[in-house]
Amino acid sequence: MAYPNDRKYSSDHEWLLVEGDEATVGITDFAQDQLGAVVYVDLPAQGDSFSAGDAIGEVESVKSVSEIYLPVSGEVIAVNEALTDNPGTINEDAYDEGWIVRIRLNDPSEVDALLDAAGYEASLG
Amino acid sequence: MPEQNTVTINRGPRETIYDLSDAGKRCLYVDADPALPAVDPVARFGQYAAAEPPALPQVNEVEIMRHYAHLASMNFGVDVGMYPLGSCTMKYNPRSCEDAARLAGFAELHPAQPAQSVQGALRLMHELQTDLGEIAGFPAVSLQPAAGAHGEYTALMVFRAAHAARGNVRRKVILPDTAHGTNPASVAMAGYEVVQIASTPEGLVDLDALRAALDQDTAAFMLTNPNTVGIFDPNILEITAAVHAVGAYAYCDGANLNAILGVVRPGDLGFDALHINLHKTFATPHGGGGPGAGPICVTAELSPYLPGPLVQHVDSAEDSYQLSYPEQSIGRVRSFYGNFGVMVRAWTYIRALGGQGLRDAGQQAVLSANYLRCRLQDAYRVAYDRICMHEFVLSGSPFAKAYGVHTLDIAKRLLDYGFHPPTIYFPLIVDEAMMIEPTETEPMDALDAFADALLAIADEAARDPEMLHNAPWTTPVRRLDEAAAARTPDLCWQAPTADAHGSR
Amino acid sequence: MNYLPITRRQQQQMLDTIGVSDVSQLYTDVPDSVLLSGAPSVAGGISEVALTRTLDELAGQNANAANDYVCFAGGGIYDHHRPAFIDHLIRRPEFFTAYTPYQPEVSQGTLQAIYEYQTGICLLTGLDVANASMYDGATALVEAAFMATRIKRGRRVVLASAALSPDKLQTLATYAASDLIEVRHIPVSSGVTDAAALADALAAADGQVAAVLLPYPNYYGLVADVSVMIAATHDAGALAVLDTNPIMLGVLASPGSLGADIAVGEGQPLGNAMSFGGPGLGYFACTAACMRQIPGRLVGRTHDVDGKRGYVLTLATREQHIRREKATSNICSNHALNALIAGMYLAATGPDGLRSIALDCLAKADYLREQLLATGLFSDPFATDDGSDGSSGGARPHGYEFTLTWTGQTPLRDLHDELFARGYLAGIITPDGTGLILATTEKRTIAEIDAFCQEVVRCA
Repeated sequence: MAYPNDRKYSSDHEWLLVEGDEATVGITDFAQDQLGAVVYVDLPAQGDSFSAGDAIGEVESVKSVSEIYLPVSGEVIAVNEALTDNPGTINEDAYDEGWIVRIRLNDPSEVDALLDAAGYEASLG
Repeated sequence: MPEQNTVTINRGPRETIYDLSDAGKRCLYVDADPALPAVDPVARFGQYAAAEPPALPQVNEVEIMRHYAHLASMNFGVDVGMYPLGSCTMKYNPRSCEDAARLAGFAELHPAQPAQSVQGALRLMHELQTDLGEIAGFPAVSLQPAAGAHGEYTALMVFRAAHAARGNVRRKVILPDTAHGTNPASVAMAGYEVVQIASTPEGLVDLDALRAALDQDTAAFMLTNPNTVGIFDPNILEITAAVHAVGAYAYCDGANLNAILGVVRPGDLGFDALHINLHKTFATPHGGGGPGAGPICVTAELSPYLPGPLVQHVDSAEDSYQLSYPEQSIGRVRSFYGNFGVMVRAWTYIRALGGQGLRDAGQQAVLSANYLRCRLQDAYRVAYDRICMHEFVLSGSPFAKAYGVHTLDIAKRLLDYGFHPPTIYFPLIVDEAMMIEPTETEPMDALDAFADALLAIADEAARDPEMLHNAPWTTPVRRLDEAAAARTPDLCWQAPTADAHGSR
Repeated sequence: MNYLPITRRQQQQMLDTIGVSDVSQLYTDVPDSVLLSGAPSVAGGISEVALTRTLDELAGQNANAANDYVCFAGGGIYDHHRPAFIDHLIRRPEFFTAYTPYQPEVSQGTLQAIYEYQTGICLLTGLDVANASMYDGATALVEAAFMATRIKRGRRVVLASAALSPDKLQTLATYAASDLIEVRHIPVSSGVTDAAALADALAAADGQVAAVLLPYPNYYGLVADVSVMIAATHDAGALAVLDTNPIMLGVLASPGSLGADIAVGEGQPLGNAMSFGGPGLGYFACTAACMRQIPGRLVGRTHDVDGKRGYVLTLATREQHIRREKATSNICSNHALNALIAGMYLAATGPDGLRSIALDCLAKADYLREQLLATGLFSDPFATDDGSDGSSGGARPHGYEFTLTWTGQTPLRDLHDELFARGYLAGIITPDGTGLILATTEKRTIAEIDAFCQEVVRCA
């Protein structure tokens, strides 16, 4: 499984690709593999604001539901509507086409506390 | 395709009854009475008249019979073969019970009949209330709940009413992590918060964790005992005492009552309420998912809050029965008096067996489960290696690690051997769980054949994992694409063309 | 009787295999103080011969609608004809001795039958999605109210028409005691839900209403002007729930076509025995927009690894075994066998048959009503000044159930008892004790109706 070096990771298996004060958020390859075939993604609405640690939505497989946690605080500026029709994109391309939301960070320094790729991979044991 | 298989059912998919529809075919139709004026729906209902009736299928009786006969042939039931689903108690459904429920004197009763015209039905219900109370060790019983989950909910609302009557609003209900999913869902529907506590490595209630969680805000503790790994909690008296010490109620999920039937009474264990699944312990058929019935039993203290109506024996001289509400009843939890047809079957089963027969049944259920456990313990890992009650849990994790063969694969392969698989992936605390409940009504050769099949599959797992990954091979359909079903839900048949069958 | 196929010799073999000498050694985890020393004190252990005799005796103590009396009662449970073939089919053990279809490869019969049942309910209700059935009409209505509060997050007020059946209102009240929903009743005026009172209640609740529950037809048999009320409901941002007798949907515009978001009801009339009120089934249908919040089981169509068509339980992440306390309901079953019957019944009637049954029931209800009014012992409680019984203005039209006020001398309860003694269940006495709610099905004959009316006159 791959964990690209260009982004940050949370211990809850989300990734963040930071560009200035914005970040794209998705779930990791490990997370999608654990879930199995993703059948539905419950997305937040554009404009919703969240604190760090909030659940912003859910990813469902046939027999499980996992909440998606936002590891930093921010406001949703875009959601990946394409997942509504093709939730399996998360399985096929977790790091690119399978992105979930784009957020505007309240405080970009919050990102510093997140794991890098090596740290995340090590946390999986 | 493997060589070994025992085909019990094998008819391929069939088109739907809607695909069979052909305009002009009829089955059930009523000719208008010529002596009465015809009703014109538009004149009568105006905008509320349907432009045309619903586009239901147009088929003849013989086609319906063949259709459903075909569908039946694609199904597995207790009469087809062993059905060892853990916590589901798939015992034989006696036919005398079926015939009893179909007697006109039971099946053709309208709920609005005067009480004096249904004395036999009320007597039957009263006797069932009394017998269930005696079997479970409680003085009061409501037959109203329609299912186990409904019984859980009802009991929680009884607790809520009892706490409220003392001016004591409590907010949380504690459950162990082995609980059936209905327990937390019922707690939430009753307006309580769920507090889950971890079990011990043996799958038992962790008394320290329980004591730490219990406080004055605890309304109740819910426990399945014997629990969902098939073990009777030896600390049960301490557990219920601890619950009572903070003024909370102890609830017993009676899903596993069959294990202690006629041997132990939950009411003697300090529980304040219990639901009984008539469709498990008392042999009423599961019907492909229902109807069942989930009567609840409660202590004398809680009896004033039971849902109504209850059946009361009013006048011993006249020997008559009537329906009544307890003084502080929570009200009713459904329409009418409960799933009466299911009660008739359970009553019949109880009368057929009697007290001794029930005890024999419970003991045999435990004996058969332990026998099966011993037959499997060398080839499979028994999750809790000790004497079990009516069911036990195997873990498929060694096969997963060694061969990549998962519990799902083993379960699917069992279908090729002509057995229904056990409950799988429950309880959640056991990795790759297989929960096996043979019940007392399986003949010994069926138990042996089932054990032999699982042993053969254990060999196959080592020899040919790929074959197991693709099992079953012999069923009417093979593994189904559940992800596709969930991604693009097709929940309702659509006419291929609007003009052929009418469109909605 | 017992159903234990294990011999004593085999029991001994089992004990030997386990390595214990006696069954009592299997209960070592049970504290001695609570182990019973003997069997519970429960009568029985009798032969099938004796059992049959006892059952016949008990059943014989009940007056039944097939042999002992003529049924003019409804209130949710109706004495419709049940086609003979249905019981032959549901006695197939592959159907009734099966569990929930958790292993779809060997449950295609149950699954496909439920899929076809869901389709039938969607067609009847004019809605997109129907679940696999619920316990009964009352609990289906409660589930609709709870579902609405999930969809309309933050709103917890449910407005329930007082013209719903008392059983349903009482069940709602019980569930409301959890404080998760607050039920307010909309009063009845001229036998139907008071539309002006509904508008007032919607305004008073100020955006807090999640659902409005309306009967169609109602407990008194009347078909109210529900379109107006559905529109008012939607204007207030709430969901409209219609509670309906499914047989009436053979002639009435479907709830979906009227804009309802959810349709529920007691499905017993669809081929199920009255059985003293249970088990029947609650049917439950809703718009596609509500699909992910629907309670209970759903069956969906898919395909297997070989591309063959097949059916599975689907969207299970809504349910308690996965989502636990966050599930859409605690229900973990359905009334599958009753739904199987309902599906068979709808296949048997088809569109024309269902309509023919509804029309025959209506024609006989009209005849009974006219004959009873002609005795001079009843009056129409909902008559208006112009005496109109049409669909516009005046009193509302009724289905195959209707209400009359008793004006005779005999106390109504005595009349009801006396008529029963003479072989007629004279409907249900209204909650206020002044009249009768009467129903006629296709099973009633003109001769039965004439004879009943004569008995009414004699008992007056």
